[in-house]
Amino acid sequence: MKSAVVTFPASNCDRDMYVALEKITGQTPHKIWHQDSDIPNVDLIALPGGFSFGDYLRCGAMAARSPAIKAIAEHAKRGGYVIGVCNGFQVLTEMGLLPGALMRNASLKFVCKTVQLKVENSDSSFTNRYNTGQVVDIPVAHHDGNYFADDQTLAKLEDNGQVAFRYVDEKGEATPSSNPNGSQNNIAGIMNERGNILGMMPHPERFIENAQGGQDGRGFFESIINSLN
Amino acid sequence: MTDINWNNSPDITEDLIKEHGLSDDEHKLMLKILGRTPTLTELGIFSVMWSEHCSYKSSKLHLKTLPTKAPWVIHGPGENAGVIDIGDGQAAIFKMESHNHPSYIEPYQGAATGVGGILRDVFTMGARPVANMNALRFGSTDHHKTRHLLSGVVEGIGGYGNCVGVPTVGGETNFHPSYDGNILVNAMTVGLADQDKIFLSAAAGVGNPVIYVGSKTGRDGIHGATMASAEFTEDSEEKRPTVQVGDPFTEKLLIEACLELMSTDMVVAIQDMGAAGLTSSSVEMASGGGVGFSLNLDMVPQREEGMTPYEMMLSESQERMLVVLKPDRVKEAEALFHKWDLDFAVIGEITADGNLTLTWQGNVVADIPTQPLADNSPEYDRPWVKTEAPAVIDAADMAAPNDLGETLLKMVGSANLSSRAWIWQQYDNQVMADTIQMPGGDAAVVRVHGTDKALAISTDCTPRYCYADPFEGGKQAVAETWRNITAVGANPMAITDCLNFGNPERPDIMGQFVGAIEGIREACTVLDYPVISGNVSLYNETNGTGIHPTPAIGGVGLMQDSSKMIKIAPKENGDVILLVGQSNGHIGCTQYLSIIEGREEGAPPPVDLELEKKNGDFVRKHILDGNISACHDISDGGLFVSLAEMAMASGKGMNIALNNGDIPAHAYGFGEDQARYVLSVSAADADVIISDAAETDVKIENIGVVGGEALDIEDLLTISVKELLDAHASWMPNYMSTES
Repeated sequence: MKSAVVTFPASNCDRDMYVALEKITGQTPHKIWHQDSDIPNVDLIALPGGFSFGDYLRCGAMAARSPAIKAIAEHAKRGGYVIGVCNGFQVLTEMGLLPGALMRNASLKFVCKTVQLKVENSDSSFTNRYNTGQVVDIPVAHHDGNYFADDQTLAKLEDNGQVAFRYVDEKGEATPSSNPNGSQNNIAGIMNERGNILGMMPHPERFIENAQGGQDGRGFFESIINSLN
Repeated sequence: MTDINWNNSPDITEDLIKEHGLSDDEHKLMLKILGRTPTLTELGIFSVMWSEHCSYKSSKLHLKTLPTKAPWVIHGPGENAGVIDIGDGQAAIFKMESHNHPSYIEPYQGAATGVGGILRDVFTMGARPVANMNALRFGSTDHHKTRHLLSGVVEGIGGYGNCVGVPTVGGETNFHPSYDGNILVNAMTVGLADQDKIFLSAAAGVGNPVIYVGSKTGRDGIHGATMASAEFTEDSEEKRPTVQVGDPFTEKLLIEACLELMSTDMVVAIQDMGAAGLTSSSVEMASGGGVGFSLNLDMVPQREEGMTPYEMMLSESQERMLVVLKPDRVKEAEALFHKWDLDFAVIGEITADGNLTLTWQGNVVADIPTQPLADNSPEYDRPWVKTEAPAVIDAADMAAPNDLGETLLKMVGSANLSSRAWIWQQYDNQVMADTIQMPGGDAAVVRVHGTDKALAISTDCTPRYCYADPFEGGKQAVAETWRNITAVGANPMAITDCLNFGNPERPDIMGQFVGAIEGIREACTVLDYPVISGNVSLYNETNGTGIHPTPAIGGVGLMQDSSKMIKIAPKENGDVILLVGQSNGHIGCTQYLSIIEGREEGAPPPVDLELEKKNGDFVRKHILDGNISACHDISDGGLFVSLAEMAMASGKGMNIALNNGDIPAHAYGFGEDQARYVLSVSAADADVIISDAAETDVKIENIGVVGGEALDIEDLLTISVKELLDAHASWMPNYMSTES
């Protein structure tokens, strides 16, 4: 799989994403600087975590207006895969490629911990190497991960199976105490209707080997590789 | 000598000199160096350069006695941060620094800029920062400001560190009334560099351009270094404007831009603008290289209008660096900084005369020989009295608690021993994806990216020991970092120290300082564990009451094979629990005495450094041989608290039987004798370890096995792990969610 990682000013998980993609795909990812208007021809573009432009305005709002964004949107329009993790998810909502918004955590505090996610359906391009209903461990680290969408959008996401991951407890129940940020319906990650764009707050790229505390994040990247075959 | 333009300088009166904190002798010395009356700008420069904070005038006599050399030390104290050799042409670069006064006045910005400052000290040397740590001390939990300060400091550390993308991997947090009016915020950064890409601040090359990069200069932080060199009084709140404001976004850009610049061959010297801003950076670069700096202040990027030379030279605006470039590389470097949207300005050049010459609006406003300014700064041998050694307390003279189980629950659920998860969860401790031991273990461990190696890091100090006996306390702080690094399987390499004390003009306080230095010296010498960087913070007192002496130590250790690292959680039911070291039931100065008896007295546990080394080397060897599956050192709270922490980390119970002889159970269980570890090992490995201990004369006891749902100590206590966890986890969230 050919991939590329975008760096905005103050992206800070770009290297982590790059390393994870390199390890799992066996191919060197391309690097896209936010000011590049020409981007390489790849299967997957990853928008990494961080604090693009300091997140001094709404998280992701400035990055969503970077020169590289147009080409990324075109890549998505052609059906190319796009993932946004953490700040990348915020950028995707600010670009309008995914519905809803990520508000300040309900606790009003930054939260960094390993959470349990339930894989909502294993049919998607991003989850096919997991089983439906499987509970995986993935870390979160964010200040603004509280997913919000209006009722109609939310119903549509649920009905279309666009919810990829949900925060759950060890038994797989989406309880209030297993929700680290107050997201509606405990939503941790969503896809677009076409199924080629995914945004999620948790960081699969941080959990790809046991030394990091777990390797449940591998399945996410392996799913994308699998859907290209 | 250059002609000075006096038009803009007021009369330099006695009062003005006093206001600038210069003593009579310092005033005379300044006149001698200049050979004339200073301008206001020059007075400001002397004042900050000779402040306690920048000149170490009360402490340097004693600091010189610390061991700073070892074959693996590449740069010791004197540079922006210390540098050690970690093999394969790589180096670890680290330092810890205080930001106490600003954090009390404005906790969020004070702590945030403390993190920013220490990051710059490390990346200015060419290192990529890979881990942040901290050591925090707050006042009594009953004090009306404690919640506000704790929440602000933690948010500030997180707000800055999380944004720049450097993991905050651990630290320590204590509460004690001695910090009621003067909290301590000590931040440490560890970075990695290639040994052939380490950059120093000594400038060279007459005619080479001096470049200013980073944020614009504003009026924030003027006289910050002077504030850090005076006691607090009730009107300290009025000093709020001297607290700097951090911009982690710019810092992140500055890290990337500077590292990119340093990957080329354009840089001659580079220095961050920290305390005393443009003044100390230019003086250090010039005097370090034996050259002069001629700066045109009109070229300094300014955030505010109408700034005077005095304000520009004393501003402590954050996220700024000074770089000396090779002459023909300015355009190339400028393009690089513009790519990162950072200000870049040629503000002067290197001169041969050794002076710092400042021009502004066409006039010379300062002209100071830098060598004497930097090197002839005052040095005091302040009078001091030795702290009187307190009496040893005998546990036999003390009533035993009725219920040891209740006592243990109270301990693990206390302010000082409860879980710090509420704090860690606000720090991104995994960004960079190389953190392999998260906060909560004995030491944090981060991998050396792309290698099998890892660094173990621990910050420690037990201020109540240091208050009772500065010498033993100083030894213990060093020994505890050494022990914590050992307990994960790493080889302790070197330390940075952050020495927080009260007013050095008081002989009792100076005695605490001298005692602690002696203790640190002895421990570093015996443990072969040199001091490679550090910081001194004096005048930590409010209205004449000093803090507990707090020489915070940050230790760094190296693992060649990170896969051998272990944690504190026992792995399997049936594993054997071994106790390494001699338990004497030392109860003086313990957490038990403080939490349960409400007493803070007695002599602290003595530290036998030879024993410390013997036991630690033994434990490390068996960790590296793969014989130990979990290890925890014994420190605050003693054996029972260590066992409880291991049980809580694993969720597994333990069945323990003690052999305490005539030592009362509470003293045996909660005593804080040093040089001890608890190991969890398989039954087969237990035999190997015990027989090796017999051969090497290491005291070891088999005290039980892992299993069940409770910590069960035969005849003494039984508490379910869940109960322990509830008490341990709930204290801080409950405290922080209630009103003061």
